Amino acid sequence: MMDMTTKSFASEAAPTFTGNRALQIEEPLIFEIGSNETCGVDLEEPEAVESRLGDMARTEPIGLPGLSEPEAMRHYVRLSQNNYSIDTGLFPLGSCTMKHNPRLNEKMARLPGFGDIHPLQPQRTVEGAVRAMAELANWLTTLTGMPAVALSPKAGAHGELCGMIAIKAALEARGQAATRRVVLVPDSAHGTNPATAALLGFKVRPVAAAKDGTVRVEAVREALGDGHDVAAMMLTNPNTCGLFEPEIRQIAAALHEAGGYLYCDGANFNAIAGKVRPGDLGVDAMHINLHKTFSTPHGGGGPGAGPVVFSAALAPFAPLPLLKLEEGAWTLVEDAPVASDAGAKQGDARPFGRLVAFHGQMGMFVRALTYMLSFGADGIRQASEDAVLNANYIRAQLRDVMSQPFGDRPCMHEVLFDESFLKGTGLTTLDFAKAMIDEGFHPMTVYFPLVVHGAMLIEPTESESKHSLDQFIGALRGLALAAGEGETERFKSAPRFAPRRRLDETRAARQPVLRYRRT
Amino acid sequence: MADMKYTRDHEYIRVEAGVGTIGITGHAQEKLGDIVFVELPTIGKVLSKGQEAAVVESVKAASEVYAPVSGEVVAVNEAIVAEPALVNQDAEESAWFLKMKITNPRELDGLMSADAYRDYLETLE
Amino acid sequence: MRYLPHDAEDRRAMLAAIGVDSVDALFEAVPPGLLLGGMPELPGHASEIAVERAMSSLASRNVPAGTVPFFAGCGAYKHHVPASVDHLIQRSEFMTAYTPYQPEIAQGTLQYLFEFQTQVALLTGMDVANASMYDGSTAAAEAVFMAHRVTKRNKAVLSGGLHPHYRAVIETLSHYASHEVVALPPGPSQDFSEVIDGQTSCVVVQLPGVFGGVRDVTALAELAHAQGALLIVVTTEAVSFGALRSPGSMSADIAVAEGQSIGNGLNFGGPYLGLFATRDKFVRQMPGRLCGETVDEAGKRGFVLTLSTREQHIRRDKATSNICTNSGLCSLAFTIHMTLLGEAGLRKLAQVNHANAVKLAEALAKVPGVEIVTPQFFNEFTIRTSKPGAEVIDALVDEGVIGGVPASRLFPRSPELDKLIIVAATEMTTPADRDAYSGALAKVLS
Repeated sequence: MMDMTTKSFASEAAPTFTGNRALQIEEPLIFEIGSNETCGVDLEEPEAVESRLGDMARTEPIGLPGLSEPEAMRHYVRLSQNNYSIDTGLFPLGSCTMKHNPRLNEKMARLPGFGDIHPLQPQRTVEGAVRAMAELANWLTTLTGMPAVALSPKAGAHGELCGMIAIKAALEARGQAATRRVVLVPDSAHGTNPATAALLGFKVRPVAAAKDGTVRVEAVREALGDGHDVAAMMLTNPNTCGLFEPEIRQIAAALHEAGGYLYCDGANFNAIAGKVRPGDLGVDAMHINLHKTFSTPHGGGGPGAGPVVFSAALAPFAPLPLLKLEEGAWTLVEDAPVASDAGAKQGDARPFGRLVAFHGQMGMFVRALTYMLSFGADGIRQASEDAVLNANYIRAQLRDVMSQPFGDRPCMHEVLFDESFLKGTGLTTLDFAKAMIDEGFHPMTVYFPLVVHGAMLIEPTESESKHSLDQFIGALRGLALAAGEGETERFKSAPRFAPRRRLDETRAARQPVLRYRRT
Repeated sequence: MADMKYTRDHEYIRVEAGVGTIGITGHAQEKLGDIVFVELPTIGKVLSKGQEAAVVESVKAASEVYAPVSGEVVAVNEAIVAEPALVNQDAEESAWFLKMKITNPRELDGLMSADAYRDYLETLE
Repeated sequence: MRYLPHDAEDRRAMLAAIGVDSVDALFEAVPPGLLLGGMPELPGHASEIAVERAMSSLASRNVPAGTVPFFAGCGAYKHHVPASVDHLIQRSEFMTAYTPYQPEIAQGTLQYLFEFQTQVALLTGMDVANASMYDGSTAAAEAVFMAHRVTKRNKAVLSGGLHPHYRAVIETLSHYASHEVVALPPGPSQDFSEVIDGQTSCVVVQLPGVFGGVRDVTALAELAHAQGALLIVVTTEAVSFGALRSPGSMSADIAVAEGQSIGNGLNFGGPYLGLFATRDKFVRQMPGRLCGETVDEAGKRGFVLTLSTREQHIRRDKATSNICTNSGLCSLAFTIHMTLLGEAGLRKLAQVNHANAVKLAEALAKVPGVEIVTPQFFNEFTIRTSKPGAEVIDALVDEGVIGGVPASRLFPRSPELDKLIIVAATEMTTPADRDAYSGALAKVLS
């Protein structure tokens, strides 16, 4: 009789010999499979020359591994198969606007006339590129109803920096920068808002939301006090609870009356593009996330683009480079007297300086412009309506099994639930989210905004079909009901079917291993 | 038996012969989750009541630890810097953060006793 | 409209489920008078055919670098991107993925970030690197702010070889954050001893410098350290890491770079890629995302974003930076290209770049009216011409050559630099390109 204890079965824990599970391949690091000598690029031999590097020539090896082209292809394809993406399924992240990324955008961005031009080649050799920037600028200013736009910020947070610096520059021109050091920020704001304000030396004064999740002008007036120390308020509209701020015009008026400015975080513009103009609301500066509202890809964490539209009051302070129309041709003005120049006098209305080298994220401008031309004004408007419709459909189909912190009322392009419906189940928002992974969906945004306990913020975008929404709703219904029926194992052990189980983030923070080291 | 007092921000201070031992309460470490990092003040630093004394970080949150009363830092607990997990294991005893020479003992009157703190915790539920 | 899946029946059914008659009922919260009645004054939707036509028309009015003898550098370089790189970054699961906040279904992104961070640390000769910043210029500014946090001082000293756009970014941010900047006048040789003192938080030097020069900065590091200041080394041509001694080997405290040269095209200035690396002891002051190794519940190795408490979404007003989105796909392109190159490939690529630049310098030096003013360089150097540089570059366009960047474009307020042109060569520069340039330059200067 065979000794069953020593026979090497493929066990439950390790069902295969390779550790692979069909299409899911366990892929090592390049440092574990590559070598210093292998190269997947063929280069011509360098001509023999006398080195001009002097004593600066590298003598030490770098330690980089190389892979041949087939090995590299396989390595990265295998890695990609471990990722969820918009092209995989509904990606319900609130305030991220995970809409479809059109491939025409990619094709246009790769036209040599856009992709293969240098930012410092003579301007008359890139006239079409600057014209494309001007066209994008026109779409953004027209959609927002604002007179000016700065295209150079490289992401939303960078755009916030741009807007807030413009405000500070305007205050300096008025001689009030030293006295106006406070920025009002609602508790529900995205973390980049207070981070940006603090970076610029402002003191953040929180403004509490009303019971219904919105900011009321009375609360703003109270936070303003006599208004002499307030520089600005940063407001997100629609807000991070998915609601339009009903008193935003009054808030803008109160700020202006007190001598301050209104900065609007435009992350949620997808709810109102083509339907409402921030310029009509009294906004002084607003950043627009091209990688959210205007379909440029999220790329696993960038690159983004965050152009900022300005009111007439702030337009003179917009940073370099400036777009200028001269005798029918568009040019970029790269240098001009700036506000921080020695010799600048109080009262000078000047660009506040430069935020980044060169001209901004041209690759994202081309993609966004391609999207705008494809959709047109009517498409953008319809997209906003469908985005709001889709979020409300999810709300309507889940309101009886999940809990809404501010009561059941129409939301804009995103719907906010909280953890109340899990009370008594022993389960958390995190557990619920992880169980969604097993159902084939990326979790929604969790624990944001902070003003609500165990927040779950769902933004479907207009790209989802009714069928897709119904599948998503079905999964969440199933999970909500299962939670209510006391099924905890499904949640606590989730995700069971993803390439990895829950990862030990405590260990990663206590014993950080931030690079590969040969042992 | 040393006098144990509590703040609304979940710090405790144990006073013995004019020196206060300060840390975060069991409730605080539970709320924060696994502690991964602590930042302690330098010895000799003078703190006023309510001023930021230290920082404690978990994976998902970072929290300031405020001085419950005014004083001068005379010792810091290197053990919790080396092993932040101690704060989760023994917050109110061996995982103290800092010791300070108290400059104004009357400030202690405004703090909560152990019973008062227990009652306070119940109101937070 | 091809990007919208709903038809009229879908919308009707959904409105019914919600319990409203029209979608405008869902916009009720918008105060009266603010909802636009009509269309914005912009064109209506267009077919893919029409959009291609419009965009191609705009593109056709530009001169791509690959179609003419091309010598512009100064922070953006014409290099070859292997076909595999561009193919792989367009895979759906990379391109349309999000920031890896749910690591169980983002191990693809997280593993390549771990590999990227390691490559950047190796290239710069530092201990640890982050998962990227927007570009080289903002990375340099973030490095300055980090140095202020570490040293608890707020005066930055900038070398005259620093790219003027990078200098402008640092000056702009410093002004509005109330920090001090001392910038040495533009030019290759610098005396720092007068300007570094006990108030200095950091010295920022570019290597190769904006005029192309390369020199050892170890002595500068010692000068800075003696005063308790940090040395920040900025590299705008990432290929130079294959030929030059690393910033780490010269005692830099923070190394930042523009990564565009590896895996990323010119793209008229963006999207680009900021590299950021430092010593272990400073890791908690480092801005940007960090990917770390750990294990999952089944004991398998995996990767997660870590040390997040430095970042805006947790620390809010006490964050090390406000950065959120960074340069994900550009860092993927970089890491794939670097993996294809490997040690041997990068060293050879750098050799080819250097050799082409040396040959170019030799050819241009023979043109009457041209003087090479950079004795030691990698793939970029400066020439002085008998006529103003801007005029020369403009005339060269008519000869079908894009001859480099006139110093006057980067330093419009320094007339003493008017006759200088900064010239770059890469592996794309052919002997025919060299000849075309020499010939055209001779003609323009005669």
